[in-house]
Amino acid sequence: MGPRNGPQAPQALAVPRRSRGTSRPAQSIIGRVSTSGPPIRVTLGELYRGFFHAGARGVGGVLPWVRRMLVEERRWLTAAEFTDLFSLCNFLPGPNTVNLSIVVGARFHGVRGALTALAGMLTLPLAVVLLLAALYARFGALPGIDAVLRGIGAAAGGLVLATGVKMAAPFLRRPRALAVLLVTFAVIALLRWPLVPVLLALAPLSVLAAWFRRP
Amino acid sequence: MSPLVSIAIRFAVLSLVAVGGVTAVIPEVHRIVVDVHHWASDAEFTQMFVIARAAPGPNMLLVTLIGWHVAGLPGALVATAAMVAPSCTLTYFVSRVWQRFRAARWRVALEAGLAPIAVGLVIATGWIVARGAQDTGWVAYAVTAATAALVVFTRVNPLWPLIAAGALGLLKVV
Repeated sequence: MGPRNGPQAPQALAVPRRSRGTSRPAQSIIGRVSTSGPPIRVTLGELYRGFFHAGARGVGGVLPWVRRMLVEERRWLTAAEFTDLFSLCNFLPGPNTVNLSIVVGARFHGVRGALTALAGMLTLPLAVVLLLAALYARFGALPGIDAVLRGIGAAAGGLVLATGVKMAAPFLRRPRALAVLLVTFAVIALLRWPLVPVLLALAPLSVLAAWFRRP
Repeated sequence: MSPLVSIAIRFAVLSLVAVGGVTAVIPEVHRIVVDVHHWASDAEFTQMFVIARAAPGPNMLLVTLIGWHVAGLPGALVATAAMVAPSCTLTYFVSRVWQRFRAARWRVALEAGLAPIAVGLVIATGWIVARGAQDTGWVAYAVTAATAALVVFTRVNPLWPLIAAGALGLLKVV
């Protein structure tokens, strides 16, 4: 770790404050809570470790942990900055939280930062999932394992359905958006059409409809 | 064509069309893996989905597992890289200019237009995962419906229905 950038270093150097007991003195001195204040310095090592921890904790979804790490624990981003970056990652194709690691890494260290954050986020999950796959290859034939996985699969499908239904709520009062949603579901899930041509046809129509929507 | 090359090309394309994240392209992954290439059965696909969800980390790990299933460790690495590299490259470059278009009308229209498609794809994913677990008839459908209802209408931790469903499976009910 670089001598100047460690998260603890500034605390050691902290000048005596005009003290009125704030709850986070060290952070306010180094400007980590300010929106437009001095640029926050993050080393490559810190980037790797931060995303490593977020990835390692993210059972059932990394997003909450990435946000917690970035905004609440390490304060590399403000809540507003996070929301802004996430809306970009959500809009771009690809795994959202992986995209987020790229954007955050690039913000601090360009291409090297992006690759470091990405590697940090994926190291442990990749190792774990391959270990699970190896265990399954070894023990999957044991009676009961398939049955348990099938049971969980039925519930997991329900969980994803429920997530989708919750996300669909805002579209209930927008007939055109709802129609796009239902057509997408029908041609992909029921008719099993290939995704790429479906997207090439539907996306421009849907974006045009949004363009001409009365505000 | 060698399976490794097929995996690389197929997943690289999916990486660039995965609007709304990987969950949105799972129906297409299923179509490629089960219907087109016959790399796995319906039931195996749902099993891989469950195993991938049991690991921590981003939900793209299903792709890693499929690569592993088809071509071992090289398959896992190729599949992961193919799913990550194209979208990450795009993200890197777009993130440098995005702020400039913050309030642009076309950006708002793009976001609003793509959102319902992404949600339709998420619901399609739930449908396909659930269908892969339905060998045993109405009980499995009931488990799917009950879980969905619990998650939509109550604030219960989703882990509980998952554990209960695993137990039902073990008891040979599902």
